[in-house]
Amino acid sequence: MSTVFTFRIDGKDVAGSEGQTVMEVAEENGIDIPGLCHLEGIHDRGACRLCMVEIAGSPKLTAACVTKITEGMDVTAHSERLQEYRRTVTEMLFVERNHVCAVCVANDHCELQDLAADLELTHFDLPRISPKLDIDASHRLFAIDHNRCILCLRCVRVCDEIEGAHTWDVMHRGLETRVQTDMGIPWGESTTCTSCGKCVQVCPTGALFEKGRAVASGSKHQRPFLPWLKIVEEERGR
Amino acid sequence: MPVLHAKPQAPTDDKRWKIVETRMRRMGDRPAALIEALHAAQEAFGYLDTDALNYVGDTLGVPHSRVYGVATFYSFFTLKPQGEHTCVVCTGTACYINGAKDILSGLEKALHVKPRQTTADNKISVLTARCVGSCSLAPAVIIDGEVKGKVNVDDLVAQLEAM
Amino acid sequence: MSEMPATARPTHRRATIETADGQPRASAYVCEAASCMSAQSHDITLRLGERIAAAGMTDVTIKRVGCLGLCAAGPLVEIAETAELFERVKPDDVEGIVKALKKVKPTDTRRPQGPFFEKQLRVVTENMGRIDPESLDDYVGRGGYEALKHVLSDMTSTEVRDEITRSGLRGRGGAGYPVGLKWTTVAKAEGTQKYVVCNADEGDPGAFMDRSVLESDPFRVLEGMTIAAFAVHANEGYIYCRAEYPLAVSRLRTAIRLAQRAGLLGTGIADTNFNFDVQIRLGAGAFVCGEETALIASIEGRRGTPRPRPPYPAVQGLWDCPTLLNNVESYANVPTILNKGADWYSEYGIGKSKGTKVFALAGRIVNTGLIEVPMGTTLREIVFDIGGGIIDGRPFKAVQTGGPSGGCIPAQFLDMAVSYESLIEVGSFMGSGGLIVMDDTSCMVDVAKYFMDFCREESCGKCVPCRVGTTELYMILDLITRGEATLDDLAQLERLAGIIQKTSLCGLGQGAPNPIFSTLRYFRDEYMAHIVDKTCPAGVCTITAPEVMA
Ligand SMILES: Cc1cc2nc3c(=O)[nH]c(=O)nc-3n(C[C@H](O)[C@H](O)[C@H](O)COP(=O)(O)O)c2cc1C
Ligand code: SF4
Ligand code: SF4
Ligand code: FES
Ligand code: FES
Repeated sequence: MSTVFTFRIDGKDVAGSEGQTVMEVAEENGIDIPGLCHLEGIHDRGACRLCMVEIAGSPKLTAACVTKITEGMDVTAHSERLQEYRRTVTEMLFVERNHVCAVCVANDHCELQDLAADLELTHFDLPRISPKLDIDASHRLFAIDHNRCILCLRCVRVCDEIEGAHTWDVMHRGLETRVQTDMGIPWGESTTCTSCGKCVQVCPTGALFEKGRAVASGSKHQRPFLPWLKIVEEERGR
Repeated sequence: MPVLHAKPQAPTDDKRWKIVETRMRRMGDRPAALIEALHAAQEAFGYLDTDALNYVGDTLGVPHSRVYGVATFYSFFTLKPQGEHTCVVCTGTACYINGAKDILSGLEKALHVKPRQTTADNKISVLTARCVGSCSLAPAVIIDGEVKGKVNVDDLVAQLEAM
Repeated sequence: MSEMPATARPTHRRATIETADGQPRASAYVCEAASCMSAQSHDITLRLGERIAAAGMTDVTIKRVGCLGLCAAGPLVEIAETAELFERVKPDDVEGIVKALKKVKPTDTRRPQGPFFEKQLRVVTENMGRIDPESLDDYVGRGGYEALKHVLSDMTSTEVRDEITRSGLRGRGGAGYPVGLKWTTVAKAEGTQKYVVCNADEGDPGAFMDRSVLESDPFRVLEGMTIAAFAVHANEGYIYCRAEYPLAVSRLRTAIRLAQRAGLLGTGIADTNFNFDVQIRLGAGAFVCGEETALIASIEGRRGTPRPRPPYPAVQGLWDCPTLLNNVESYANVPTILNKGADWYSEYGIGKSKGTKVFALAGRIVNTGLIEVPMGTTLREIVFDIGGGIIDGRPFKAVQTGGPSGGCIPAQFLDMAVSYESLIEVGSFMGSGGLIVMDDTSCMVDVAKYFMDFCREESCGKCVPCRVGTTELYMILDLITRGEATLDDLAQLERLAGIIQKTSLCGLGQGAPNPIFSTLRYFRDEYMAHIVDKTCPAGVCTITAPEVMA
């Protein structure tokens, strides 16, 4: 059976089994490490960089969601410096696109908004990029507002790894990166989309939403399908 | 990985599809052949249209959205037809400090095209590259595949206008 | 914004013209590497052939060779016996070369003169300009494949790795990771399927060392990779080469074919039971694909986005198998190290930087081109003695090394001995070896902005600090160059640069702030001039803010 490692996060003694990530063990122990690309049940990609932590003895910061635990490691997940970095990275997400929370379908149910509140990010100093982007409402049930997308790619991963449709992927690169369906065609014309709605449910912001419904009454935060991948993987012994 | 789907037909009976097909087959028609296949298709047709992307994706068993993601990630691939001639202006460091900016502004003034645009008469597409490895000849441009070094803006414009 | 037409293919190629029967009395070497080719050097080859035939000279040979080094002065022709070099050869100059060829005496010995040649030490480039890059016989004639044969018949893989480790060879692609150590990690990694990959993406703008090596001596890279494969127990290899280098790709293809035919690649190499074969994969215009995990993704046919490490490719790389990934120049050093021994190799260099380094000289320098010097040579020797100083005798301002992750080194460090360590100490980076010289016509804020523009265009977009942050830095730099920034903006620039460096996923984002840090460190006065005095001292930037009253 797998080896148990004991180590410390923010001075607290914790334990986990070999192969687990720092993020997973932190979650199990009620230590909140922020992260927007991470979602339990789909593969981690270490991209939002909000979960950066310090590990004693290493000069570099590392992303908790993709860092495997080791025996005796000493993790600092919260410090003045780390919180400043997180605040700035979050601010970058806000200035990159257009997040006017007051008129957003996900108002009060948005992980980005929650994060900003937790980090006490109250005003923005960075130059705004905020291009005016499209809203694609061609799908019968759902819509995507690219102005709210933070490119966490949860939708891409859930569509591929769990639904198996691979309707979503990304196009272009750098600041031009956008999520897209099939050949960059309108969502409603996609021949691969099964209309399962999983992408909508995992989207942390108001980018993907169900038409005619505010998120509160919708199904975000109810993701019964997510543990599935994990179970399958455990059965396969990975 | 076994290929479970029937092999798709080439979009048209244009002989050039054979080249693309051969290139994919040589790599076992596997998803890993995607970029090579896109190279082959662009070499054959000059650009990648939706038919080409669909065909390559279906042959290799790659989801369409991923094909599109790859084709748009790499700046070498173009999804639009180019002009009759191409003029690639190097904007690498050596060329930059030796006047690449002036070449671009000169072309814009004379031909009314910015990088990635094609002249109204469809004659010339202006592109840029970040270093073509001819830094000792900076500033360098590539006209229809031939490198020209130590470029003088006026001569370049004259040459392009004569094309 | 960087695009290349698919039509960028070499337009002409023909084998060496041999007119001499038996040993030639005189030989003309015509450079047919890309730089000289673009100056129509092939026409010179043809013309020389015609003239020599017309003159009935049967004891003279003309040979197509790789890079002769002084790229800016091409087309270059060298008379091998006398080392007489003809620069900027025009068709009309061919008669003069024919005359010079007539005068060559059998007793003439080659002695290239001048500091450009005398200060160099040629290891990686020893065959460059001496052999026909498309002739296996030429390569073998200069000792090629002796190292591989020796390795396969007399050495164990452990011995090979130890020899490379003892030589002190470090990766030439940027970070300087010890090559022997990487080989050992791959050799010991679990798994039966292993790969050897050569990084020939050479994305740093202003760098063309790898291109020249591939165009001038492709067999050397293949031999180095084959030895590496033996040392790490791999049977399959890939060379990932930029599509912008059509001539290098075509020469590599030829070399692979010839090596396969001669039993030096494929099954049963050199009549042993060792198998190894190599395939070429073309890049498609993405700088980030030089990063190792992105490169691997690209070979696998995916978007070239890096992934977090560990796991390192040495343990889990191509198709999740242990993968050895080294740079072109790293592999090119290998045959010589095994021929001459680790002790010989490690005598050159300084401190922990052993051997030689190939540099591409470019920018505002007289002798732009390719050079190879022992590690520890000073910047002054490189720029002034070998490089011939600044064009038009203008004042030297800085030399930029390390590409977009590097820095600008000011005049006060000209006497610094170049090594991995010393470059980092002054805030720059070895990178792959591009040295771009700048004079007083360059504005250092504009240079920083140039590199930031590069990074934001080449950012893969995966991680937030790099995707958004490089554009943020660019916007602030743009404000500064327009004279519209305040000191608060400058503080924001520095703060943000630090965060991007610390939090980005891969080397592109982590290194992107370096040009800002180094220019701020040595040229802060130029930033201040733009911000406070609203002027650009070099006269490069267009200031849009009204000038302040004194
Ligand atoms: C953004 C980025 C670009 C890179 N580009 C190159 C390149 O063009 N050529 C190269 O050899 N290494 C490049 N590298 C370094 C490689 O990731 C890798 O370290 C190197 O190829 C390893 O070979 P070496 O140990 O022989 O140097 C790059 C790294 C980064 C982060
Ligand atoms: S649409 Fe939502 S889930 Fe998809 S990448 Fe954007 S923010 Fe993430
Ligand atoms: S640092 Fe830049 S290039 Fe590297 S992963 Fe992040 S976005 Fe991509
Ligand atoms: S949650 Fe770890 S990088 Fe996004
Ligand atoms: S910078 Fe233009 S060719 Fe290298």
